[in-house]
Amino acid sequence: MIPVCRIEDLPAGESVRLDLEPPIAVFNADGELYAIDDTCTHQDASLSEGWLEGCLVECPLHAASFDLRTGRPTCLPARKAVRTHPVSVLDGTVWVHIESAQPAQTSHTAAAGQGSAA
Amino acid sequence: MNTITVIGASLAGLHAALALRSEGYDGRLVMIGEEHHRPYDRPPLSKEFLTGALTAERLSLADAEEIAELDADWLLGTRAEGLDPPSRTVTLTDGRRLSTDGVVLATGAVPRTLPGEPLAGVHTLRTLDDAAALREELSRGQVRVVVIGAGFIGAEVASSCATLGHSVTVVEAAAQPLLPQLGARMAAFCADLHTDHGVTLLTGTGVRALHPDGRRSARGDGAGGEQQRVGWVELADGRSLPADVVVVGIGVRPATDWLEGSGIPLDDGVVCDAGGVTPVPGVVAVGDVARAAGHRAEHWTSAMEAPTVAARNLLAGTTVETYTALPYFWSDQYGIRLQLAGSRAGADTVRLVEGSPEDRSFLAVYERDDGTPTAVLAANRPRPFMRARRELARAGMAAV
Repeated sequence: MIPVCRIEDLPAGESVRLDLEPPIAVFNADGELYAIDDTCTHQDASLSEGWLEGCLVECPLHAASFDLRTGRPTCLPARKAVRTHPVSVLDGTVWVHIESAQPAQTSHTAAAGQGSAA
Repeated sequence: MNTITVIGASLAGLHAALALRSEGYDGRLVMIGEEHHRPYDRPPLSKEFLTGALTAERLSLADAEEIAELDADWLLGTRAEGLDPPSRTVTLTDGRRLSTDGVVLATGAVPRTLPGEPLAGVHTLRTLDDAAALREELSRGQVRVVVIGAGFIGAEVASSCATLGHSVTVVEAAAQPLLPQLGARMAAFCADLHTDHGVTLLTGTGVRALHPDGRRSARGDGAGGEQQRVGWVELADGRSLPADVVVVGIGVRPATDWLEGSGIPLDDGVVCDAGGVTPVPGVVAVGDVARAAGHRAEHWTSAMEAPTVAARNLLAGTTVETYTALPYFWSDQYGIRLQLAGSRAGADTVRLVEGSPEDRSFLAVYERDDGTPTAVLAANRPRPFMRARRELARAGMAAV
């Protein structure tokens, strides 16, 4: 488990980027917390800088959109999912539980094993 | 329609094909591509591909399963030579003639070149093969690179060459780089990016000629034989620049030569409406080749998005939808991500909203005399840029 921040420092509509390898983005989407790999699977862009709308985050570079609940892209140009990571709040601190270095879920099995973040 | 032929197998052509299928078209789909490669992404060619951070495999725009799902006949490594709308026939370079009911024109654009004998060591950058050839020449130790043209391609190539440790000079005919696109104040910012990173920027002078160094080397185009190698660049003001490698980035022209005499209206691109529909029934145009509603965009995003609209119109047989998104593009150079959305006019003034060019991080808005915003520009400010871009799109919608 990795501490992210105090819950009051992550208000609704905001995000935090964890400078890990690979980096992880934690979002507060209208009160629900989600963590995903930060790097868009399409091209090198930080999703923590993206546009949050409901449970979707739009990549700031090419407007690929990902569902924070599943990591799956909801529109082009992204075709591969980002990894999702469980988030919990303990005594007012936000924690993210990094999923092991499994390959990212892919929308197509043929592409499995290509690694996670682009 | 029983057969639709997509001519041009890059971003726009691929997305037209994907859209046709997702719109329910289940007839024969033919993809014609001049290059031997399946569709790949061009923007990294001047950046991560050139520096070696990305390999060709990572540029693919569609994996094997997506290609299979598309269920298209791929004719790659061949060019369309002619289109005869009355008989609905496409002629290929190898003489083959294809009958088709619908046509998507997606042939893109080709780099402008300088006049004179072809010389080894002189490159343009558009295709994967172009980039691979340039990368090869940049991998043989430190060389003197002269980049002709300080537009986005030129700036990105200069940045990549500087990253690789080469000695780089950029020559720009205008007084400042990107002057028409960004205006004087932001053009000065872009000029500073070059000099910040040890790249020499020479502005206000064109190139008179490229000269050989007297040696001969194997032809770079794989055609066999020998050709002379570039040795120096003669500027219009009389100066000369020694050069081992020259990259010419002076813009592109739409690839429409093959359509001359076809009856498809041409005027710096294929003339079509805002839905990509040409006056010729059953023919739509997308991507860099399309002059849609009087404007020809050379932007990645419109090449990806507009084909969905054009595909619907092609299947409907008339314009049922138009593509009206704000122009948007980005450029990565010297570690700075520039993003521009909207349509800036020459007389617009620029106002800093946050940050500053000195900090190499800012958001700026271009405005008309009356304060109406026309475009937004950001350097390393992706999130504020997204907000501003959305506000601009909304304001544009409200103004219509």
